[in-house]
Amino acid sequence: MGAVEHLQSEYRKFVDGLSESWPAALTERRGLAIERFGEIGIPSRRAEQWRFINLNAIRETPFRLPQSFNGFGADDLEPFRYEGCHQIVLVNGRFSADYSELGELPEGVVVASLARAAVDHPELVDEYVGKLAKFEEHPFVALNTAFLRDGAFIYVPRGVVVEQPINLICLGVPEAEAVAFYPRNLIVAGESSQVTVVEQYASLGEGRYMTSPVTEVAAGPNAVIDHYKLQRESTDAIHMATFQIHQQRDSNVSSHSISWGGGLVRNDVNAVLDGEGCESTLNGLYMVEGEQQIDNHMRVDHAMPNCDSHELYKGILEGRSRAVFNGLIHVHKDAQKTDAKQTNRNLLLSKDALVNSHPQLEIFADDVKCTHGSTTGHLDDVAVFYLRSRGIGEEAARSLLTYAFAADIVERIKVDSVRRELEEFLFRRLPKGEVVRQAV
Amino acid sequence: MSMLEIKNLHVRVEEQEIIKGLDLTVNPGEVHAVMGPNGSGKSTLAQVLAGKEEYEVTAGEVHYKGEELLELAPEERAREGLFLAFQYPVEIPGVSNVYFLKAALNAIRKHRGQEEMDAMDFLTYVREKMKLVKMDESLLNRPVNEGFSGGEKKRNEIFHLSVLDPTLAVLDETDSGLDIDALKIVSDGVNSLRSPDRAFIVITHYQRLLNYIVPDKVHAMVGGRIVESGGKELAHKLEEKGYAWLEERVAESELAAAPSA
Repeated sequence: MGAVEHLQSEYRKFVDGLSESWPAALTERRGLAIERFGEIGIPSRRAEQWRFINLNAIRETPFRLPQSFNGFGADDLEPFRYEGCHQIVLVNGRFSADYSELGELPEGVVVASLARAAVDHPELVDEYVGKLAKFEEHPFVALNTAFLRDGAFIYVPRGVVVEQPINLICLGVPEAEAVAFYPRNLIVAGESSQVTVVEQYASLGEGRYMTSPVTEVAAGPNAVIDHYKLQRESTDAIHMATFQIHQQRDSNVSSHSISWGGGLVRNDVNAVLDGEGCESTLNGLYMVEGEQQIDNHMRVDHAMPNCDSHELYKGILEGRSRAVFNGLIHVHKDAQKTDAKQTNRNLLLSKDALVNSHPQLEIFADDVKCTHGSTTGHLDDVAVFYLRSRGIGEEAARSLLTYAFAADIVERIKVDSVRRELEEFLFRRLPKGEVVRQAV
Repeated sequence: MSMLEIKNLHVRVEEQEIIKGLDLTVNPGEVHAVMGPNGSGKSTLAQVLAGKEEYEVTAGEVHYKGEELLELAPEERAREGLFLAFQYPVEIPGVSNVYFLKAALNAIRKHRGQEEMDAMDFLTYVREKMKLVKMDESLLNRPVNEGFSGGEKKRNEIFHLSVLDPTLAVLDETDSGLDIDALKIVSDGVNSLRSPDRAFIVITHYQRLLNYIVPDKVHAMVGGRIVESGGKELAHKLEEKGYAWLEERVAESELAAAPSA
């Protein structure tokens, strides 16, 4: 049985096993999505959007639905809990009431599992879930929609400011056989509301599995959403994610995608600026080594006038790792006075690492400011020499400059725990990290 | 014993010989000025002394405090007390000026068998040194050279020099592009660091600097060699007459040395 047929048969088991009641429209959408997945299949390199990534690992693994949603101690979760946050925990794609600590939330704010929300707030679930990310065009959004069952549901009503970040911890716990799961997360921020969400992906243990999450963000008029994604799964893990943003007028959304884990990783980030005066900041930092592959696909749609978008993605590659950056800014005919900037910079620390970078602009308006740029290079020898001439050893000098390359992304992280997490990772990963720790 | 002794040094940069038999001896406590036109090899000399690996030494030897300098890696030279103030200091985003210096100083102290300095002692020490170059405290906490003006970068180099406390300091065109106020500050900093145990090699394009940092010896470098040495009066002569007379002399001697066709 091929991979597609196998996933279709898993889908039938999945549907038979559903016990909760779901809005009829969602049930119907699942069926359409698995059908669509059957048509698209798992893309080969001939597919334009998948040219530089090798999905054989997905094609060759008969992924099953996960069976276990615990089997670890609360201590194992400690590294991922951040102080002063509302903690919501998913284990193999399913909400865990035992491990989540939602704490006190402002009135009207809903932070719950999607399955719970489907029962308690069917009108909200029906209004938003599956409306933003299009399964018709993307095989993994289709799979996610077909297997849609649980995830995090975050709803902030009009005018409410959630002071503490919401920390969404998505854990992968490998099983004896490779499993795949499909968290579906939704963040809805009403008019003039504000919320910060941290979305973490981590593994407890070694062994192959696939996470294929879809996170949809609906920013109401004048809403402010800061989103941080930290992907640090084991290199056995496969991560195929879509992050879909929809912005209404005057909203401000920032997304910071930090990725150093996973063996095969794809991040699609799509933002639709669908009202005047929107601001969208899409930053990313990926660090890969060994045989890791990471593919960041970005698309920003400027549908309305007077919107700003800024994208800065930076990559640090070692070993035989591969990175893809594909960024498209599409400025629609009416989107005058668009200010869009897109930058991808890559630092190669080994001879065998490889980057394919494709920033693109499609502009149909005539009064806009759009720039894009891409650079890929090695550490600057003059800078290495400069540091060594001050008594810093060569390894430490190279590490300091690598840190310096990442610094502007690190500094833009406003949630202290997330920034510290990234800094600590860099100190661990970089040779002579203790010198870097001293010097920054 | 002399601090630095360069004998018959030949250096090649990308297949081209830039330094062609250079001799120079520097004793502790001395300030040497090396002057010369563009392309004479002044900066190459500075970089070779600091250990730039892309520059190939094809002949000659360099002894520093009695040891083979060319055998040492750049960081080992720094730890042995050699300092190069860069002509174009490098910006390092995300790495704080003061913490970087602490890491550098502690690497040097460790090498010398001294205890590492803790944060409090280091800060006291650094504040002393800042006064020397009239550095604004805000530049301490900024990333190394990032967003610094040209003058601030040069001052920062002298600040690094004062903190790292070298025995031999090479200043590569530290005066270029400075206005008179900045030039005075940099010179005052250097003058206050002059001591019987420390030597300076000041590489410059302009005689003006030498009004403020008065050298013990002045060398004129032309075509990859030191072709004339003297006291500070040589600097004035070079300022007045330029380098043409020396260049002609070099051309004549090369002609004389060439096998006749």
